[in-house]
Amino acid sequence: MLKISNLHVQLEEEDKVILKGVDLEVPAGEVHAIMGPNGSGKSTLSYVLSGRDGYEVTAGTATLDGEELLGLEPEERAAAGLFLAFQYPVEIPGVGNLTFLRTALNAQRKARGEEELNAAEFLKIVRAKAKALDIDAEMLKRPVNVGFSGGEKKRNEILQMAVLEPRMCILDETDSGLDVDAMKLVSAGVNALRSPDRAFLVITHYQRLLDHIVPDVVHIMADGRIVHSGGPELALEVENNGYADILKSAGERVA
Amino acid sequence: MAVPALKLDAAGGLLAAWPEPAGEAQWARAARSQAERWLRERGAPARRDEYWRYTDPTSLTVEPAPEAALLATDEVPVFQTRETHRLVFVDGVFSPEASTPLEIAGVEIVPLREALAADIHWVRDIFGQIEAAGQVPVERPLAALNTARAVEGCAIRVTGVASRPIHFVYRRAAADADALIHHVIRLDAGADLTVLESAAGAARLNTVMEVEIADRAALHHVRTQGRDHQRRAVTGLFARLATESRLKSFTLTVNGRLTRNEAFVEMRGDNASAHVAGACVGDGDFHHDDTVFVTHAAVGCESRQVFKKVLRGSAVGVFQGKILVRPVAQQTDGYQISQALLLDEAAQFLAKPELEIYADDVKCSHGSTSGAVDETSLFYLTSRGIPKKTAEELLILAFLDEAIAEVEDEGLADELRDRLAAWLARRR
Repeated sequence: MLKISNLHVQLEEEDKVILKGVDLEVPAGEVHAIMGPNGSGKSTLSYVLSGRDGYEVTAGTATLDGEELLGLEPEERAAAGLFLAFQYPVEIPGVGNLTFLRTALNAQRKARGEEELNAAEFLKIVRAKAKALDIDAEMLKRPVNVGFSGGEKKRNEILQMAVLEPRMCILDETDSGLDVDAMKLVSAGVNALRSPDRAFLVITHYQRLLDHIVPDVVHIMADGRIVHSGGPELALEVENNGYADILKSAGERVA
Repeated sequence: MAVPALKLDAAGGLLAAWPEPAGEAQWARAARSQAERWLRERGAPARRDEYWRYTDPTSLTVEPAPEAALLATDEVPVFQTRETHRLVFVDGVFSPEASTPLEIAGVEIVPLREALAADIHWVRDIFGQIEAAGQVPVERPLAALNTARAVEGCAIRVTGVASRPIHFVYRRAAADADALIHHVIRLDAGADLTVLESAAGAARLNTVMEVEIADRAALHHVRTQGRDHQRRAVTGLFARLATESRLKSFTLTVNGRLTRNEAFVEMRGDNASAHVAGACVGDGDFHHDDTVFVTHAAVGCESRQVFKKVLRGSAVGVFQGKILVRPVAQQTDGYQISQALLLDEAAQFLAKPELEIYADDVKCSHGSTSGAVDETSLFYLTSRGIPKKTAEELLILAFLDEAIAEVEDEGLADELRDRLAAWLARRR
């Protein structure tokens, strides 16, 4: 589903190379995790895939079901089925959460040539999905993420994902700032969305999220590359021993 | 310091352009000549004046008024969907045929011309008086012109809770119309009234609204200034508030070559509350100036000034806002915010926030900012599939909402939001 080949990215503003040839393929129905030390390029990868400004792709490709993503605007990528759950969800005072969600959903439907939903149809869908994430009517009415706790913000991200039903979901450190209960809620929300025609890329520092969202494949990223891939046990290895050993042996293999 | 001859000449020119009102009561004549004398002595506004540095008054003082093309639109006029008492002015002239009959329960409405010819004590106590009090310390020569010459407008007295809003509709017919409109509004103790104003009114519109709000009374004022691109307007809201009374004034301005909205609000009774707010959206040949002066002259009063401007092209926004706290005004709560969203490099925002405080037990805050649309927010919205233009509009509406939220009536506030959304979408 998602195929990244030889992706090289640097910052636009300064001459700093962040991604140095990322190769990654996430087939439909699978959950892949990316782990790696700070500064290895994990978040950059998620931003580049979703189309944030400020990055320059100097080489490589990234396709979603064969369609090249990198030339598209963020909204076109979203309509194509890509979704990024933000590490730091943005607070937008003055824009109601429901207005935001409905505008987004209908914009995507329109872009795909589907009928837009009216207010009643939309509300019905949102209420059901919000309930599963323990998001009450009050939270839906408030401005987007304004005054939300860390856990509420992350649950709101998953709600957006559940409503927009993207095919390719990228979760950028969704576990950061979550307590155990919130992590369970969020994980259950993600797991409920797992399906044969949907794929996930879960970026995380810690193995504990992967206890709840069990990945098919774990990738280790370091210095702008995927240096090692393996099964779920790789996450456990990182948790117990840190990155040093893995990076060292990966370095030897690369050499 | 001698007043420059140019200012005096311009004042003479403005006064000469309008016939001297005739057949009025002695008290009305006295108020007129007081205003005329003031204007002749102080002169018309000029760029060198302290409060006209950011706004060139030339097109407001030149005779004849510059022409302004009429707006061609098939849009349903604002506030038409609700039940209001409509008072229609065409190019600044009251049109009884187009208006609702003047009878309304709990409200007395008299055309200004009639009110000034009769002996109506409550009009006498207000007409030209609140405006004159508002000339110090900041001169408002164009309001003085209005008091000296305006014969159009209404005198309104509310004794209870008005059953419907009063809606002043300012229609345009001629491309070169110059108009003076003067309203006198008196709210008796405990009264409650909503006053709506809509549309551009004239090529050059000069309005004054003098308002006396007695104990525990409340005035809600909601105004939209039309969408005409070339019109000019100078408005003056002069309000005096008694104990526990409330004023809420909000103005929405979209387009217009030049707008100067002045407000002078004095809280004279304890625990009064005054909110003056404005939202404006302009592109290109657009100059919008809010000049607001709020005086706390009693104990425990609260005031808010909230002004938001969205500017594009060479559009210019100006905010001059002052909170004056007199020595007697302990436990004052004053707040002032002015913000501009600059959609490109050519747009400009000039702000002069002022606090002048002579009491010691006072809470006053003010802030003024200008900036571009937040890129992070824009990315967040677009990453959810919202097209960039729509996302930008959402953020613009969100930015303006703190001002619109000052409109207490949710139905009115929502109509303003819907209008704005539709008008912004037209620009795509």
